[in-house]
Amino acid sequence: MLKPKQLLLIPSILFLTNALHSQNVFQEAAKDPLEIHGNFNLNSQYYLTDSVIAAPTVAEKFLMNGYANVIATKGAFSAGARYESYENALLGFDPRYKGSGFPYRYFSFENKGLNVTVGNFYEQFGTGMLLRSYEERDLGLDNAMDGIRVKYDLGNGIRVKGLVGRQRYFFAKGDGIVRAIDGEVNLNEAIEGWKDNKLKLLVGANFISKFQEDNNPDLVLPENVGAYSGRITARYANFSLTGEYAFKENDPSADNRNIYKPGQGLFVSASYSKKGFGINLSAKHIDNMSFRSDRTEGFNNLTINYLPALTKQHTYNLAATLYPYATQPTGEVAFQGDIVFRLKKKTWYGGKYGTRILINSSLAFGLDSTGINDQKTTRQGYSAKFFSPGQQAYFQDINVSVERKLNKTFKVKAMYMNMMVNNLITRYAGLNGSFNGKIYADIAVLDVLYKIRPKHALRAEFQALWSDQDMGDWGTVVLEYTYSPHWFIAIIDQYNYGNSVEKNQIHYPYGTFGYINGGNRVSLGFGRQKAGLFCVGGVCRVVPASNGLTITVTSSF
Amino acid sequence: MKNLILVTTLILSTLVAFGQTRTIPSVDLVDIDGNSFNSSEILNEGKPILINFWATWCSPCKRELNNIAEVYDDWIEETGVVVYAISIDDARNAPKVKPYVDGVAWDYKVLLDVNSDFRRQLGVVNVPHSFLVDNNGKIVHQHTSYQEGDEIELYEKIKKLANGEVLD
Repeated sequence: MLKPKQLLLIPSILFLTNALHSQNVFQEAAKDPLEIHGNFNLNSQYYLTDSVIAAPTVAEKFLMNGYANVIATKGAFSAGARYESYENALLGFDPRYKGSGFPYRYFSFENKGLNVTVGNFYEQFGTGMLLRSYEERDLGLDNAMDGIRVKYDLGNGIRVKGLVGRQRYFFAKGDGIVRAIDGEVNLNEAIEGWKDNKLKLLVGANFISKFQEDNNPDLVLPENVGAYSGRITARYANFSLTGEYAFKENDPSADNRNIYKPGQGLFVSASYSKKGFGINLSAKHIDNMSFRSDRTEGFNNLTINYLPALTKQHTYNLAATLYPYATQPTGEVAFQGDIVFRLKKKTWYGGKYGTRILINSSLAFGLDSTGINDQKTTRQGYSAKFFSPGQQAYFQDINVSVERKLNKTFKVKAMYMNMMVNNLITRYAGLNGSFNGKIYADIAVLDVLYKIRPKHALRAEFQALWSDQDMGDWGTVVLEYTYSPHWFIAIIDQYNYGNSVEKNQIHYPYGTFGYINGGNRVSLGFGRQKAGLFCVGGVCRVVPASNGLTITVTSSF
Repeated sequence: MKNLILVTTLILSTLVAFGQTRTIPSVDLVDIDGNSFNSSEILNEGKPILINFWATWCSPCKRELNNIAEVYDDWIEETGVVVYAISIDDARNAPKVKPYVDGVAWDYKVLLDVNSDFRRQLGVVNVPHSFLVDNNGKIVHQHTSYQEGDEIELYEKIKKLANGEVLD
């Protein structure tokens, strides 16, 4: 962690560069101005006990998550640090985020295609199937590397990256060391005469190795685990195809119950698009691909790779927070199709301004696998057929949304979706406890925007979710009034009117009010928030039910 | 707390000492066709640039870019502005960005920031978030979030920049 004294070093280094004129990179940087920028974010809540929604009593009454990033750049040099404070962490965040400190600091420079970072950094190779260190601050997820990264752009479309580091674990670092190298070649740039070739090709490959001591008394565990992947992106006119295949050597872990079976993953995605029409079809096979720098860890901790769900990331509250799906890293086969098109304006079917239509469907299954009883011998655990969906359906979703501007004052958006989630796999625990089986739901949304005057608008959302399982039917109404560019006020009420348990037929009213100016945003909220899943990408955080006053401040400078 | 005061003092004193200028940081991105693209190549021959961070899962982002799309031709004609729409969609949605952009027929220059590196360098907390770049390539204005009608004030600023005026 960075101490204040160390932080003072950063500007000193930058000042020092002014004085050093022996090398070109320093000379050039000396001419550039020093620029300092960053951001600030504060999320806090004053909690009220609310036994109706099972919101727990918070001993501290008031909880807060806050951070500020500061980045200083001078020409090719950049240095930065993040201060984080959790006094104490908001409900739903891992309580190991406790106290304050500087868990992130780095220094980097660039010189003729060579880019070096020392300290903390985020990195992704290919689709991230084997390596992605990233942050989702609102999820409390941060697996930043601490170490050294070197990137070299060799020109001619050839790029190489290498890194060694340990990953962030709350205010400490994980046990294991990650070593990784990645290379990528743009063949149209690398091969002479291919520049104007209609077929565009990009290939890449990487190797990742993690080291963690074997301290298991019963098993002989591999201390070094290697994994490698290859990827390709091809484009021809309006078509594009991208794919990555990854293989992971045997990696016994808490996730796979210490089996010695290797892991593999394949992701393929094909698209066709032209102006006014776009389609994407994707498929993936994931088998035993959980990959962490500490084999004993769980949840979102110390993950080296990123396995996002192959499903639509919904934005409407009921569709997004009740039954979202997250990838099962131990094994799944999934498919998704996505179509976007525009009905022409000034036609009888497209209306005066045209109409946008989005159709999406996704399916996820368990592996087609057979158990092997070899716990005492080879410990392979099971065998699975490649790219073959198993009997067990995990998730399905089909949804259609239509958007049309009716006239200068009205815009309408409508969405319908039908979904199924297998709660034996996802294990959502709602107000009624955990439902054992498949949850089927239909969701309908009508979103109307009424532009009262050019800068004044009223928006209303009417959402309904119908289900015979779990918590039953829900209805949601959102009303939002905005006065551009500074003010907004909104109220939302979620009502679990169809809950089979009468005392759980609860209203969740919540109001928010805020002010925006340039890079600043301040908002106040008050009311009930239902328990649910808050997801970004394929990763989710369980948000417990709460009641109280929230204060949010963000600033970019 | 002591740390926080120290950092704040440090920032403020440095700002006073150097004044405030901001250039587009150099970050490796990918263009919508999959080619590598460095953010320092975001240029518009001495005319204003609007950099807008968005994502396919962000409703207000799409509302903003759809609203600007309706008037974009007029904006270009009157001011020569160019819009760079930076998608922060990660590996989950990145393959869907091009079909979406083509499907809704946007004419923006679209770049992919799949691991939020550019977003981090520009201090963007949430999307949508936009930056205005003046005729000299300096970032002179930013705005977070989108509310219906925000593009009206944004365009007033773009017109000023196109005329070489300084924003207050």
